[in-house]
Amino acid sequence: MGKNVPAASGRALRLRRHNSKSTIKRWFPLFVLPTFLCFIIGFVLPFYQGITLSTYNFTVPNFGDTLVIPNADASAVQMESVGLQNYEKALDAGFMNAFWNTASFAIVSIVLINVVAFAIAYALTQKMRGSNVFRTVFFMPNLIGGVVLGYIWNLIFGAILQEYGTYLTANATYGFWGLVILVAWQQIGYMMIIYIAGLQAVSEDMLEAARIDGANGWQSLFRVIIPNVMPSITICTFLTLTNSFKMFDQNLALTGGLPQIIDKEAMAKINSTELLALNIFSTYNTSKNHHGVAQAKAVIFFVLVAVLALTQQWATRRKEVQQ
Amino acid sequence: MKKIIALVLVAMMVIGVFAGCAEEETKTTEPKATTPAGTEDTTPAGTEDPTPSESEPAVVSGGSVYYLNFKPEFDEALQQLAADYTAETGVEVKILTAASGGYSDALNSEMAKSDAPTIFNIGNLAGLADWDEYALDLTDTAIAAELATNDFNLYNEAGELKAIGNCYESFGIIVNTELLEQAGYTLADITNFESLKTVAEDITARSEELGFCAFSAAGLDGSSSWRFSGHLATLPLHYEGVNTNVAEITGEKIDLFKNVWDLYINNSSADPKALSTGTGDESTAMFKEGKAVFYQNGTWEYAGLIEAGMTDEQLAMIPIYCGAEGEENAALCSGTENCWAINAKASEEDIQASIDFLVWLVTDEEASATYVEQLGAVPFKNCPASSNKFVADGNAMLAEGKTSISWAFNYTPNVDSWRAGVVTALTAYSADQSEANWQAVVDAFVTGWAIEYAAVNG
Repeated sequence: MGKNVPAASGRALRLRRHNSKSTIKRWFPLFVLPTFLCFIIGFVLPFYQGITLSTYNFTVPNFGDTLVIPNADASAVQMESVGLQNYEKALDAGFMNAFWNTASFAIVSIVLINVVAFAIAYALTQKMRGSNVFRTVFFMPNLIGGVVLGYIWNLIFGAILQEYGTYLTANATYGFWGLVILVAWQQIGYMMIIYIAGLQAVSEDMLEAARIDGANGWQSLFRVIIPNVMPSITICTFLTLTNSFKMFDQNLALTGGLPQIIDKEAMAKINSTELLALNIFSTYNTSKNHHGVAQAKAVIFFVLVAVLALTQQWATRRKEVQQ
Repeated sequence: MKKIIALVLVAMMVIGVFAGCAEEETKTTEPKATTPAGTEDTTPAGTEDPTPSESEPAVVSGGSVYYLNFKPEFDEALQQLAADYTAETGVEVKILTAASGGYSDALNSEMAKSDAPTIFNIGNLAGLADWDEYALDLTDTAIAAELATNDFNLYNEAGELKAIGNCYESFGIIVNTELLEQAGYTLADITNFESLKTVAEDITARSEELGFCAFSAAGLDGSSSWRFSGHLATLPLHYEGVNTNVAEITGEKIDLFKNVWDLYINNSSADPKALSTGTGDESTAMFKEGKAVFYQNGTWEYAGLIEAGMTDEQLAMIPIYCGAEGEENAALCSGTENCWAINAKASEEDIQASIDFLVWLVTDEEASATYVEQLGAVPFKNCPASSNKFVADGNAMLAEGKTSISWAFNYTPNVDSWRAGVVTALTAYSADQSEANWQAVVDAFVTGWAIEYAAVNG
């Protein structure tokens, strides 16, 4: 940008910029402090407590007057260190079932949501009448809370399936696809907004150049537009991936994990439409002996989501182009 | 100018953080101040309190009351009663109501404090097993002397009275007697399952001409299914003799459940295939609007039905007849999860103050009237009678010498999950009433019980 500026004033500008940079550098700790404190209080400490708790059998997670070290001696608090036992119990049939449910749910919803959201965004960035109205309408489902959505769709699916003499919790397939439809309906609008912003940033010059070079519509889409909206794709896949893995309210309100399958031979029960977060929740409520197990599941869950999200970020970032 | 703006912004952020911290500190100081005492010495002996005048300046007896309330709907009235009591006697009464569903957590943490609750709630025998050590033996206390029946109390294994049932609820089949008469029957015609079935099936046969059906919808949505997976399930459990936390049940009386369930779903205008989304409101509405004669629910429904314009003359509650032997002598299913226990580890003065407060609550003219109005059926002899018609029906049956059906469902292990299994199977069975689907219900009942028991105790 400084190309046309005469050399002398250019140096002065650089100098001034240099000065302001170092001023900001000096103030850096002050700027970081609030966020850093929040991060410590709101994330690091609870996270550490959470990991500690996962090695205990506990009723109430009472940390007494110390914030971090559990007071294992207080008889009223009932905490007992059990080492890694909770982790052994954590990988039970219900958790594994929930894991596979979550994995397939994530794959299906990431593809569905991103493809549809991109398509809608692409359509709405073409010059057409009423595109602002459509954007608003598509975005609106995102403003409704998960539990409410769950109940609304429960009614909708119930009414539709009733026509065919069946119901939503009749088998796990209905529940699974029901959840996919619900979440797609909710999140497509949000991802659409991000894609619209990305698409609008694709420079008109580049598209024009492609057209002059003889690229047809598909070629400009795949060779010019998509590489240029890679940052949006990174964000949207990240959001849909983590959203699918953390899915809780909609799952709880739509099917609550039902139908429940009883395996007589293994003497086990599986909630066939349960995703991971709901499984952790229902494990906690099994009995007071299960609080630690649920906590262990939550730690495993965190590691899983973190690894997946970081891998995905790394993979899609590589595809981003620099302008 | 920019500098000033930047400074202002930074200042705002920093203040925000410190405000947050300050809040954090005030939150943590409370347990800080109290937990050391609670953890060092969980058994504060009656005489050790060296500073009795610290918090209660003008108290006559020297004790104070801390009531950890279990019923959120009673909170407002109870706070008022406590204030009245303090004004009258000078004894300080602190009421804390634990959020619905969070009582056991609240009790756990409050009990760990030095000023622990003096009156707390125990729900059932399992709860008593956890809190036995903390519950004072109430035998021969002034509050025990006020009881009209011992049916709802909790006794420990040694037979000591540890918690006093302070109100109770009953459920059965609510009948719209006006519609019943229109169909040509009276309550006297229904004395057992056979007669109930005859009446219901006759109404079903003539439902078009009558304009109503026998049973309101047996919806299996979460808002309604507890009436069956919980309340109706108590019948086979009761007749099997489940009266403690057993590891396994045989399900030998499950046919009683099937009898009633088949009757409910096949004698209702609600489609059995559509029960999975049937809500409690829908079922209540059917009954309120005079579209069904029978409606399974409890004494707590009374106020709502009266509010909807029904009258005492139209309403009655009969036992859930299920085909069990000798059920002509059965009364309503009655029970409670509301039992007062007094903290045995509180000081002598506090214990005395707590008992005095409870006695006042159930004997004082105004206080007991409020108490009955709030809680419906209460087992205290000096309380005024409840205006609830269903409670009166239940009491009339007891007066005739009939016996209550116990709330055997209180012993269900991991209750939510067990019920979810029963509801899953019951929904499938209702949509397609095949033998195989019924077997799934039995499995959910019996095998499900064993699985949940093992899960809870494993």
